[in-house]
Amino acid sequence: MTFTPMTRRTVLAGAAIAGALSQVHAVVAETKEVLTPVAASAEGLPRVKVTLVDPPFVHAHEQVATSGPKIVEFEMTIHEKKIVLDDDGTETFAFAFNGTVPGPLMVVHEGDYVELTLINPETNDLMHNIDFHASTGALGGGGLTQVNPGEKCVLRFKATKAGVFVYHCAPPGMVAWHVVSGMNGAIMVLPRDGLKDGKGNPLHYDRVYYVGEQDFYVPRDETGAFRKYDSPADAYDDTLKVMRTLTPTHIVFNGRVGALTGDSAMTAKVGETVLIVHSQANRDTRPHLIGGHGNFVWATGKFHNAPDTDQETWFIPGGTAGAALYTFEQPGIYAYVNHNLIEAFELGAAAHFKVEGDWNNDLMTQVLAPTAV
Amino acid sequence: MRVWVALAVLGFALAAGVGARLWFARPAPVPGPEVVRLEPMTFRHRLDGDWRRDGRPVDPPRAELRIPAPVWIMVRPVSVADYMACVDEGACGMPSGPRGADLPVTGVNWLDANAYATWLSRRTGQPWRLPTDVEWAQGAGDLFRDDALGIADDPANPAVRWIAEYEAEAARSRTRDRDIRPAGTLNRSGTGMRDIGGAVWEWTSTCLRQVDVDAQGRVLRERPNCGIYIAEGLHRAALTVFVRDPKSGGCSVGTPPDNLGFRLVREGV
Ligand SMILES: [Cu+2]
Repeated sequence: MTFTPMTRRTVLAGAAIAGALSQVHAVVAETKEVLTPVAASAEGLPRVKVTLVDPPFVHAHEQVATSGPKIVEFEMTIHEKKIVLDDDGTETFAFAFNGTVPGPLMVVHEGDYVELTLINPETNDLMHNIDFHASTGALGGGGLTQVNPGEKCVLRFKATKAGVFVYHCAPPGMVAWHVVSGMNGAIMVLPRDGLKDGKGNPLHYDRVYYVGEQDFYVPRDETGAFRKYDSPADAYDDTLKVMRTLTPTHIVFNGRVGALTGDSAMTAKVGETVLIVHSQANRDTRPHLIGGHGNFVWATGKFHNAPDTDQETWFIPGGTAGAALYTFEQPGIYAYVNHNLIEAFELGAAAHFKVEGDWNNDLMTQVLAPTAV
Repeated sequence: MRVWVALAVLGFALAAGVGARLWFARPAPVPGPEVVRLEPMTFRHRLDGDWRRDGRPVDPPRAELRIPAPVWIMVRPVSVADYMACVDEGACGMPSGPRGADLPVTGVNWLDANAYATWLSRRTGQPWRLPTDVEWAQGAGDLFRDDALGIADDPANPAVRWIAEYEAEAARSRTRDRDIRPAGTLNRSGTGMRDIGGAVWEWTSTCLRQVDVDAQGRVLRERPNCGIYIAEGLHRAALTVFVRDPKSGGCSVGTPPDNLGFRLVREGV
């Protein structure tokens, strides 16, 4: 365990350049550790096509890579559509990668190539692009992916950094508006040998959920009621005024107040380990699992750093995705919140986990039920 | 869900000691609203309140009840037009709900509802007040929803009830009608009372009570919380007196109501 990931990558990059292209499974004799193989180019690498799924769910993937680097193909169509933010029927226009707010979580391994086909249908009104925080160069790909309505493009980048990363739309001059219209998501680049606890021990999850937190800025009329508009362009000026107050009217998980509650609550069983990927493309957040913990937390989401252990609340800076691993030990309903509780319970940043299993009296017991003093 | 409880307890602490008293004056009478008469008659009713056995929540029992005296209950909830007359005279607080004149007034707290009762009593020369839980239930008749969970508690695993409560709430919100309909247009019970169980919950004069029972169902202790009142609707909610917008803060049991309004009763002939 004396090698840093950077050293390993550097060594292998040299090997790759020398001709040992891809499929490299080097093993350090003393540690039996699988190293991160690096391809010198994408040429000739195997291709796999991934069908994305809507958050909070995540497409099927290997936690530990069983083969060398690949080109992983994704396709996302951009939707411009009206969405309803709460039970009052408050509306806003969303720009949505793949049609969802947030966009889907993409999963690859370190050393893979991400190849995205980005489609902006004729029916849209606006130009969009994509900036991957996981990528290197051209404003995260934003400079190479500007697609007008009726156009598509294909971007390929090499996933050289392991972790969870935000992606978002970044059209020149209108970045903030597109981002707070829901146009962001996350990608998870797993180390090829999976997650580790910081002491070299492997970590595994039984389920993974993706929570995308979004602040919205909906203008109000003279009576204080939320305004409705006929098009994003009509809403633009008023929305920008509200944005400049830095005071969101809604802060929600997965596009709507209560999107991850009730029938749509996330589920788990006692004894299961859950990885929660949480992104906020614009604003700071501080996730907290009420009644549970973050056993292993990468608050800023980057897997070659040792995770923090036994966390109560973790801080994710705006423009970052974080990841937390927890093994449920008690049944019940857990609230998973942004622990600014005003943001959670007044503005919407709250989700639920429904966890079934046996109660552990050793961990907690009601010694005396509420009774007269 | 647990947090709603915490909020309500906090709300109660803040509201404790707030008591509203009805005040009846005798100005020139004006015609009152349309009413139906509820006669004392025995009916089976799921009791209100938070009931506990051995400290664990249980459904309240059903009991044979009758109202002690006949009352006249408003056929429709108080409308925006009705309520704004009181606001215009400076006797009622501004409601926070939609302002369509024919809609039931919403965005009113318990104190607002009582202020309106006081004003209407003065204007009509008749003693108007909020209905009790039992009066409202008799008026709602066949449209009153039994909100019992019907779940056998598992003493070894408190999460069984928590999850069941949660699933019941989720099921309720699946079919929920969130639109406020004009007063009088939603439905009509056998007694002639209209607009039961839509998007509007209605304040009552019944305080939230906590009742401890033993294994045989005998009441060991009963304690009213008169900073929190029962609101009737698709299910019963318990809300602190100053809450106008229940979605953000103040429900102790069940999914928070969508909107808060009220109707009144008067006693006598
Ligand atoms: Cu965009």
